[in-house]
Amino acid sequence: MKNAKIVVFPGSNCDTDCERALLQVGFKTERVWHRDSTIEKCDLIVIPGGFSFGDYLRAGAIAKASPIMSEVARHAERGTSVLGICNGFQILLEVGLLPGAMTRNASLQFICGEQWIRHDSNSSLALKKKVLKVPIAHGEGNFRIDDDGLRRLQDHDQIVFRYCNQEGVVSSATNPNGSVDNIAGVCSKNRRVLGMMPHPERACDPKLGSNDGADILRSFLNNRV
Amino acid sequence: MITIEDAKSHGLSESEFQNILEILGRSPNLTELGVFSVMWSEHCSYKTSRIHLSKLPTTGPHVLIGPGENAGAVDIGGGKAAVFKMESHNHPSFIEPFQGAATGVGGIMRDVFTMGARPIASLNSLRFGEKEHKKTKHLVNGVVGGIAHYGNCMGVPTVGGEVYFDPSYNGNILVNVFTLGMCKTDEIFKGVAEGVGNPVYYVGSGTGRDGIHGATMASETFEEGDEEKRPTVQVGDPFREKLLLEACLELMATGAIIGIQDMGAAGLTSSSVEMADRAGNGLKIDIDAVPKREERMTAYEVLLSESQERMLMVIDPEKASEVGRVFDKWELEWARIGVVTDSGHLEVMEKGELVCNLPIDALTSAAPKYDRPSKPFNHPQRVESVKNVPTDLAQFLVDFMGSPNLCSRKNIYSQFDFMVRTNTLKTPGAADAAIIRTEVGSSDLALAVDCPSRKVYLDPREGAKHTVAECTRNLACVNAKPLGATDCLNFGDPTKPEIMWQLIEAIEGMAEACRILETPIVGGNVSLYNASDDVDIYPTPGFAAVGAMGGRSISMHVQQAGDEIILIGRETNTDDLGASEYLWVREKSIGNRLPKIDLSEEKRLQDCVRELIDEELIESAHDCSEGGIAVALFEKLFTTGLGCSLSNISEPRLDTFLFCETPSRILISIPHEALVETKILVQEKYGLSFEHLGCVSPSPKFKLGDVCVEIARAEKAWRDGLAALI
Repeated sequence: MKNAKIVVFPGSNCDTDCERALLQVGFKTERVWHRDSTIEKCDLIVIPGGFSFGDYLRAGAIAKASPIMSEVARHAERGTSVLGICNGFQILLEVGLLPGAMTRNASLQFICGEQWIRHDSNSSLALKKKVLKVPIAHGEGNFRIDDDGLRRLQDHDQIVFRYCNQEGVVSSATNPNGSVDNIAGVCSKNRRVLGMMPHPERACDPKLGSNDGADILRSFLNNRV
Repeated sequence: MITIEDAKSHGLSESEFQNILEILGRSPNLTELGVFSVMWSEHCSYKTSRIHLSKLPTTGPHVLIGPGENAGAVDIGGGKAAVFKMESHNHPSFIEPFQGAATGVGGIMRDVFTMGARPIASLNSLRFGEKEHKKTKHLVNGVVGGIAHYGNCMGVPTVGGEVYFDPSYNGNILVNVFTLGMCKTDEIFKGVAEGVGNPVYYVGSGTGRDGIHGATMASETFEEGDEEKRPTVQVGDPFREKLLLEACLELMATGAIIGIQDMGAAGLTSSSVEMADRAGNGLKIDIDAVPKREERMTAYEVLLSESQERMLMVIDPEKASEVGRVFDKWELEWARIGVVTDSGHLEVMEKGELVCNLPIDALTSAAPKYDRPSKPFNHPQRVESVKNVPTDLAQFLVDFMGSPNLCSRKNIYSQFDFMVRTNTLKTPGAADAAIIRTEVGSSDLALAVDCPSRKVYLDPREGAKHTVAECTRNLACVNAKPLGATDCLNFGDPTKPEIMWQLIEAIEGMAEACRILETPIVGGNVSLYNASDDVDIYPTPGFAAVGAMGGRSISMHVQQAGDEIILIGRETNTDDLGASEYLWVREKSIGNRLPKIDLSEEKRLQDCVRELIDEELIESAHDCSEGGIAVALFEKLFTTGLGCSLSNISEPRLDTFLFCETPSRILISIPHEALVETKILVQEKYGLSFEHLGCVSPSPKFKLGDVCVEIARAEKAWRDGLAALI
């Protein structure tokens, strides 16, 4: 059975939701506390959403200094899959495991609701070009990167998800937060680290409106993004 | 020497001060006067409302804990309890909307998790002045932002609510917040200081000078320039509260806690006094041991501070080491600050000196109770009919749907995380009530909050019945049966006999409706003196009900073309325009007569719709209230891509038929094949009216005779209704 670790910071609040979703798609899960300094061998490390350290200073900025993060970086180098969701994505940007940065939504308001995203990377067979319904809930999801950085993301096929409409059309009208190039999720060059603003763990149950998030989590069972 | 002037500046009356002198047999010192002033404030003592609140029904087959604790609790099956309460934070939110609303959310969440229940859902009920008023935009954005800030960070979904705009709130907005938590029925914690000799611990944030006299402020009316009271508004830190939540639940699991209470209004004073009072004990507290975040704070300031995110605990001495272990892990302050005594007194030490020594019962049971004089409100004669049908009824329908009290609330609720915890089965706007999944073996829960305050103003007794009826009807529309409710009674200045009359009438009306609709009240809050420059708010007895879901739930939206559209309940009476939105929008009048509600008919309607849902006869159900049939129908059609054709209506006045607000009506849609069976059930078994209005059509148009409205046009007006505000 594949083994997932969920990193819990003070202020994480999607840890339980992630645990439930990961168990449902077939992972064994265990939580690790931000002050732990080691993570045992595992297949996936999830950094869940929430407000680590209250988002004070800047979302993810304080979590960066937690002892666990150097261990997460070490795992990522060795090839363990790392998934950062929402605040987890912001933390991965802060520690430099992913390129770019987050600022406040263009509306300057927190936004919660249904969202369509398109899988835009060529690497995964299971998700290729699929249009997925995965909700968002964030105040700072406006992904920023300079032109060179954007070109590098594009050249290396690192843009994994883009905000779109139900038909899969990506346009400024389907961009909920002002992100550059409608970017909803990016991965590292070695494709082991994925950060995304939408919440796949909230889309693992048809009763909640979508089961598409389960497909995303399941792709980690096969080590693919 | 304390004088009557000192007492008055603390909000105490001359007779109350005399009373204090008699009880003590001496003059209080300044610290003691401060303690009296907050404990005897309206906010803490309920001195004006107490004798009337006892009329509310508070028991029922599912009630575990009724009023008197930090929150009420009902049994939801499977060994689990739902713990909930609603509270107001009106005055602070008018002065500083963001922090006022945020700390309101923080306070109600602490009330719930202090009982050992993890918060799983929140609601809010908001009232603002008219849309055009110069302060409204600032207040709306501040309040909504504050609720979002606190609730989202806590990871508790805000799953529903209601918002209305009316000039009566121009100078005094209402911010009522509700939180529901869940715990095991046999692991509910109470605020009791039991066990003489047991240590008393303080946990959470340090104490600062913020919010001193907040409870007293909440017991006064507003005057021009009161924004200067900003220093009495507390500042919230939701991150710290999230840690406090996790730490408290972790410590509860160790068995170390004997009693626990949050420090809300009147802070350390009320938490100590109330905990001691419930156990019939005394408390001795050392001010020097209290963690502080400002220097040179006096005992007076520490006792009256309303700094947020703090808890008081009585701990089992054998497990006292757990406190430090857990709270150090969560990096929160903690300190042993006192001990439970058998003195029956609140004794406060500062630098080795006894600076406050007051009998607990002098602060609680001896607090004044007033039977204030009341007299009926004398309404002027007002316009009660609308002279003519709008010249362009189609255009009017579009504009009406975009009016502030009827338009979509999405601009508000999309700022709230309503999905975290992945249990929100019906999200805001999807059905008449929010639905929260609980756990296997326990009932899923439906939550709704309501208060048609214009109706309560026109007729407080009937209006309060409408309130309870509408709220429980919302539950019925998703197939839930009430387990219990919480109220938040927002009224004006009770020293005016007319306001007192509103309060008494509303409580009595609410009591009667709760009894007949089998919805006991398990806790609540009273907020008086909601007035500004001598203008009182509409009486607003907010009501939030919690229901247990039946097997099947349905949406409010129509499901497919060809389905029949039926209005069930009481037969529509086009004269029912009193306090209606239509009369208000057309004539800026509230009329003279509120339609009377027949509670037994209402009960039959709610039972009927639940049976229709269970029997799988109906596809959708939506309460027909503000704005009447037209609004209910548009709401059923929006987002579906479908339309309706109302062919069975032959009324001389289409406008009053579409917009009148006859109570006890539900708009349902059913498959054509179910028509006969449904009709028999509705008319014969339940003795209700069955009005077949027309059917759902595939083309997205609202068609009624010559009137044809593109749904998309109305939907755009509805969606953008608050765009100018938010």
